[in-house]
Amino acid sequence: MEWLNNYVRPEVARGIGQLIGINISFVVVMMVVAYTVLAERRVLAFIQGRLGPNRVGYGGILQPFADLLKFIFKEEITPAKATKFVYFLAPIIAVTAAFMPMIVYPFGPTINLPFFGPVTLVVARFDIGLLYVLGITSVGVYGIALAGWASNSKYSLMGGLRASAQMISYELSLGLSLVGVVLLSGTLDLYGIVEQQSGWYGMHWNILFQPLGFIVYLISAIAETNRVPFDLPEAETELVAGFHTEYSALKFALFFMAEYINMFTVSVLATTLFLGGFNGPGVATFPALGVVYFMAKIFFFLFLYIWLRGTLPRFRFDQLMNFGWKFLLPLAILNVILTASVMFETDSCYADCFTIHSLRRTGYRLRRLDGSPAQPALRGHLADRRFRLAGVPLRDARRAVYRRRAGHSLRGRDHGARRLRHHAA
Amino acid sequence: MSQDIERQEQIETARSTTESSYSAPTTEAINALRSEHQDWVGEIKEAFGETTFVVPREYIFAICTHLKTAPGFEFNLLADICGVDRGQEEEPRFEVNYHLFSTTKFHRLRLKVLLNEDDVHVPSVSGVWRTANWHERETFDLFGVVFDGHPDLRRILLPDDWQGHALRKDFPLRGYEPYSLT
Amino acid sequence: MSVSTKNLPPQFEVVDRPLDTQMTISMGPQHPSTHGVLRLELVLDGEMVIKCTPDIGYLHTGMEKLFEYKKYQQGIVITDRMDYLNPLGNNLAYVMAVEKLLGLEIPERAQVIRVLFCELQRIASHLVWLGTHALDIGAMSVFFYAFREREKILNLIEAASGGRLTPSYFRIGGLMMDIPAGFERRCKQFTDDFPKAVGEFHTLLSGNRIFQSRTQGIGIVSAEDAIDLGLTGPSLRGSGVGVDLRRVNPYSGYEKYDFDVPVEQGCDVWARYMVRMREMTESHKIVLQALSRLRPGSVKADAPKVVLPDREAMKTHMDALIHHFLIVAEGFNVPAGEIYHAIEGSKGELGCYIRSEGGPKPARVHFRGPSFVNLSALPHMVDGEMVADVVAVIGSIDIVLGEIDR
Repeated sequence: MEWLNNYVRPEVARGIGQLIGINISFVVVMMVVAYTVLAERRVLAFIQGRLGPNRVGYGGILQPFADLLKFIFKEEITPAKATKFVYFLAPIIAVTAAFMPMIVYPFGPTINLPFFGPVTLVVARFDIGLLYVLGITSVGVYGIALAGWASNSKYSLMGGLRASAQMISYELSLGLSLVGVVLLSGTLDLYGIVEQQSGWYGMHWNILFQPLGFIVYLISAIAETNRVPFDLPEAETELVAGFHTEYSALKFALFFMAEYINMFTVSVLATTLFLGGFNGPGVATFPALGVVYFMAKIFFFLFLYIWLRGTLPRFRFDQLMNFGWKFLLPLAILNVILTASVMFETDSCYADCFTIHSLRRTGYRLRRLDGSPAQPALRGHLADRRFRLAGVPLRDARRAVYRRRAGHSLRGRDHGARRLRHHAA
Repeated sequence: MSQDIERQEQIETARSTTESSYSAPTTEAINALRSEHQDWVGEIKEAFGETTFVVPREYIFAICTHLKTAPGFEFNLLADICGVDRGQEEEPRFEVNYHLFSTTKFHRLRLKVLLNEDDVHVPSVSGVWRTANWHERETFDLFGVVFDGHPDLRRILLPDDWQGHALRKDFPLRGYEPYSLT
Repeated sequence: MSVSTKNLPPQFEVVDRPLDTQMTISMGPQHPSTHGVLRLELVLDGEMVIKCTPDIGYLHTGMEKLFEYKKYQQGIVITDRMDYLNPLGNNLAYVMAVEKLLGLEIPERAQVIRVLFCELQRIASHLVWLGTHALDIGAMSVFFYAFREREKILNLIEAASGGRLTPSYFRIGGLMMDIPAGFERRCKQFTDDFPKAVGEFHTLLSGNRIFQSRTQGIGIVSAEDAIDLGLTGPSLRGSGVGVDLRRVNPYSGYEKYDFDVPVEQGCDVWARYMVRMREMTESHKIVLQALSRLRPGSVKADAPKVVLPDREAMKTHMDALIHHFLIVAEGFNVPAGEIYHAIEGSKGELGCYIRSEGGPKPARVHFRGPSFVNLSALPHMVDGEMVADVVAVIGSIDIVLGEIDR
């Protein structure tokens, strides 16, 4: 979009670009949501030996729009004793909070568009991207809790209470499971995290170093989005429909949309943080391929959700809480501790290597005290058992050292830089 | 016609050998009960392979308590309570039938209490078997038989404000007037 | 110590009360998992059930009253509509009670076909139970798999009787008509596939940790309590009491079949689940045996005053025509007396009490519906459990509101 700079001030140009980006990603997210609903119905039907909606358009392709029209034209019913304003506000909170994280989704790498020039497929990059996503999605709980309370219906209230308790509990393990990734990458910028996973022909994914974190994240994410087997807030066989029992027409549609957007959001996070985002073989050569990879990974997660729904029964509320607090949370904490200690080990190793290496290069002569020849210090250190335990391969470690020596202040690796200064002094 | 008479005879003979009739308590046990408590059992009917004790209503609780545990009976499961309206002109008009079953001896017994129309009160047996609770409520609902000592004698099938008792013979099949639930 | 407003001095009045921790919710009659129009009044403390009061009667249609206005043979149609998941069982209880009063001898072939269909119907009923029970607990797909299998049974029943849900296949004195040609083959197809389907259900549910933790230790009812509360059928056998009327009070020749009576000692929802699952396998065994016992013969008792003659005989024989006319127009007289006949329905002891005063219409017909009695035990089972367990327990006692309300 650089060509715009010729006509307007750069801030304005960036603003225009972001506005366009927001609109495009809004449409993309909405379409994905609409077709996730359709896919859910069709895939579930396939699992259950039914047909599913297949009458509107070819193979039911227009069903989401038919549903939307129906939602718009249905009668809006407000319970007589509902707290009107809050009742009205709740779905708006839910859907707004669901939509807002969309600006940091890294849809793809920088691609060259005809007439536009290079375009980076993300609306906004900022250093607290992940924190922003977690914070905003937590606000969605308000929508649900308020909906349950404002409807003035007992089933809604129980659904709302369950939802808030569940989402707050699982938020903990969800957040903690991401800490490992953040420690590894040293940044909270989602785009930056994706970029860091671009090594190994686009297969240098964090899931290889964070398998435990990934599992914890996946389970908490399912619970966070109230999906089977954690769909207690809207358990239709117990609470009729949970917090949205009393909602109809477009207000119900907003909740419905919010749920599916949240599914999309957690899938995006899983993809971005653990599965390398848009990275994959060949992305370096054909950047447009990145978008395909990104969407494919997202659809894999969405399919997983649907598959689970077709297979599993539902937890009971106390079991759900036990599972969250007594199993997932300790597991997430364990993951953080493991990651942190491994990082500490490797980091001190890096530092030692670097010190030895840089001293040798500046002309110092060193001798190992244990008597072995002072030759390849770096290689020896990297072949250290501790190092291999850490699971960080040789080449990357070397590259990290190299980058440090070259004076690259890597984003977020301040502790490393500090150490560097310390050694230099 | 002669063919028909023949067949009728066949049916008669078949009836005497009807299979799958239920076993009843042994004669010794029944005799022991009668000799011990003369008043409890008014009449003993045997028909279609079933045994029926006609019990005066004041003894129904006592005999049920006894039959539940007494050796030779052990009727620990109350299968059913069922009211009968024999018609307005009959006196006694109402019957309450208790169908007992034993999960250890697998035999069955029917107790029958006869009630006059002007005094439809029976002692409740819900203290003996808890399952009697709903059966008695149903009988109360549909026949108006009052079970004294029942913990929660309310209508069960029909609405609380229903007038009359639907299974009485003088209650018309279609009711008195269109009933609206609202 | 509880604070009461009873002793409040008269010059005061209550303006606002402190927040109550208890909440009364009305579950049903329009609720997805009360299996029809059952209404439960639940007093909850948080999610814990303090008190549960079932409220029934929303489906009351006065069937027992209607029986008194219908001839004996017309009553069969009413029985179909009681436990609509087990109509052939209802048919059987009713027609056997009338047959006992009449003293009819039923031909062997009719007996075998009755057993065959009763067991098919038991499987179908259990399949509906399985599907809805799993759906209540949240496993959605099992519902469709169970109904897919049930569809095959309904097709079989339709082939024989013309009706799927309300077959009225058993008639006083035998059957409506003989099974159609090729029925054995179609039945065989079903029986060949069925074990695989049961295996699927076991894989999806029995082996599922979530399902196990949702059912084990829930809705406990001890053997003594179960008998005291009048539980029968699978619900009783789940509490370790092995009473099956097919075994202990055999009828229709059940004593000649080789089958097990599944008993579980768990007393909980899981035990009742396992009993029913194993019962399906046993019923499958009985169906196979019944198929192998089918011998050519009549399916109607030799009682021209009671049993409708063949169409062919009616059109060629004068006496058959007269009998047909009399049975249809006036009905047949049943000797005075009373009878209580109980069979093992799919849900428990299905008893039919008939009192005859000699005419063509019964003086009183009463059905002892197992659902009715089993439901009355619900408050005992759910006491102190959680809301989510209430639906699990309702599923485990397998109620049909058509039978409860009659």
